[in-house]
Amino acid sequence: METTIKSQDDIYRPHLATVLKSEPMTAMERFFELKLDSGRELGNKPGQFVEVSVLGIGEAPISVSSSPTQKGSFQLVVRNAGNVTRAIHNLKPGDKLGIRGPFGTNFPVEGTMKGKDIIFVCGGLGLAPVRSAINYVMDNRKNYGNVTILYGCRNPVERLFINEVKNWASKDRVTYTETVDRGDENWKGNVGVITTLMTDMSVDPGKTVAIVCGPPVMYKFAIMSLYKTGMTADNIYVSLERHMKCGVGKCGHCQINGLYACQEGPVFKYADVAEVKEAI
Amino acid sequence: MSIKRVDLATLTTWIDGLTKKERVIGVQAKGDRFAFGPLARAADLRLDYDVTILPPKTFFQPPKETLMSFNKTSGYQSVVEDKPFVLFGVHPYDMAAILQMDEIFSQGTYDVHYMTRRKNATIVVVDVYRVSPNVFAGSMGTSHIEDGYDILITKIGDDYLVDGKTMSGKSLMLGLVAAPDASESWIEQRKMVWEYNKQRLRKHDLKVPPSKWPKLLEEGYDNPIWEERANLCYSCGSCVLVCPTCYCFDVRDETNWDLSSGERIRVWDGCMLTDFATVAGNHNFRKDKSARFRHRYLRKGKYVPTKIGGQIACVGCGRCVTACTANIANPVEVMNRLAEGE
Repeated sequence: METTIKSQDDIYRPHLATVLKSEPMTAMERFFELKLDSGRELGNKPGQFVEVSVLGIGEAPISVSSSPTQKGSFQLVVRNAGNVTRAIHNLKPGDKLGIRGPFGTNFPVEGTMKGKDIIFVCGGLGLAPVRSAINYVMDNRKNYGNVTILYGCRNPVERLFINEVKNWASKDRVTYTETVDRGDENWKGNVGVITTLMTDMSVDPGKTVAIVCGPPVMYKFAIMSLYKTGMTADNIYVSLERHMKCGVGKCGHCQINGLYACQEGPVFKYADVAEVKEAI
Repeated sequence: MSIKRVDLATLTTWIDGLTKKERVIGVQAKGDRFAFGPLARAADLRLDYDVTILPPKTFFQPPKETLMSFNKTSGYQSVVEDKPFVLFGVHPYDMAAILQMDEIFSQGTYDVHYMTRRKNATIVVVDVYRVSPNVFAGSMGTSHIEDGYDILITKIGDDYLVDGKTMSGKSLMLGLVAAPDASESWIEQRKMVWEYNKQRLRKHDLKVPPSKWPKLLEEGYDNPIWEERANLCYSCGSCVLVCPTCYCFDVRDETNWDLSSGERIRVWDGCMLTDFATVAGNHNFRKDKSARFRHRYLRKGKYVPTKIGGQIACVGCGRCVTACTANIANPVEVMNRLAEGE
């Protein structure tokens, strides 16, 4: 077959990146710090994702966990859940992988969120993408009001970024609470689903923005609890998981009815998807 | 004048000449049906075919194609198939589908793999002569097409009207320079063929105009028809396989035996297949057959049209009607049924 190479034009061609750090987080998740070999910044906005390729294995969409305020490298949290992510887990510092992106919409850190109180509602691995926004807010602290971070996991050993969370919690005008579905012998904190953290929350609905990201089952209940505080769909943002296979609105896998999660998402204003039947 | 009146002998000589100079893909018999394939000589070409088993999209988005090669030292290198060809004998409804795909693959993010093949193609459309058993292009406004291709051939009586539309079409027609120009009355007769085909290509009686599909589908989201029909669905994906406007795909890596090089390939995929919307951890966002069945219809009649200027992503070729083992895929039956509730 006659072929020519026109790499620079190809939306599907990954750019090489090098693993700087690979550290275990939990039994399922590893933390990776990467640097693009071209030397350029990734240029992500909080909440966006990249397509990660492992040579010879394949490609998978992974949300970027680091804030763009962090320069020189970027970070991913990868759950070992399939062929590609298993291969990523085996990578060591110095190993190469392929990166396309960043793709998709972002949490409105420079839009609606600015000047507001922020509530972050994170379930399990949902903390990974939301962390990019939390750190963005922490690095531009004067631009935002009170920050509430709620984190729920199935059990204590599944919690991510335990040390970083302590650092957030110690900051001025930051409230951090966490819960687990099932405790263990050492657990002295809250037990129960994440909405149990939301019952006594004091919210000024007019000047608050909520960010919700977690497993599919969490959204409906978390949003109901936010509604009870007086918040409306216009001030709630959700990040929705789908299989964003191509990242460029072609392959069809990530469609939520008519919406492409890879382009019109993964971050949606809840008002825009509340009536979309496949969304939540 | 770029419209020629050509008799069968001249047409045959011309096409034989083309097959010697160009890479020609043409419609040929395959058992008692028809398929596009490399054409060696004019005698094999069947311009009297009713419908091909697979649509011509296979030459722009092949069932399996290499997107790039990779190796451990140099990373990923794009592979773009860049080789001119003539696609001979495309029916108007399939041409309408190709034009829709052109929009999909070029808008927003430009797909260099599809678009390079597309730019390399000189397309010869032929007006339908023999009508296939399940076609309803006459109802979809795609029984004839006046633009977007390079050459149009229309059989009138025993002769053929050959109309060069573009520069590349006209240059292919240099071999017909000695043929007489078509008279005005012949060109008028072609309009009659178009009118005739609009009536003939209606093997199923669509009671709702395509313009009403988006609204009908939106309002019919909870119609029991999805469940009823999907109950019989095998989730085999035959309907998406034969559809000229289906383009969903999967991307995979194939590694060579040295384990350090290989190819990234793109293969056809389809939203009717069970795992299409499954994510890591085995959560399937469209696990019910009825949800997948409905999604395909909404895609054709509502979601894709919003991306391509309102055109319905069904051109009425009828291939899905023929291919569906469970006999549930007929879009005309589904749309008529949704309209009943009006």
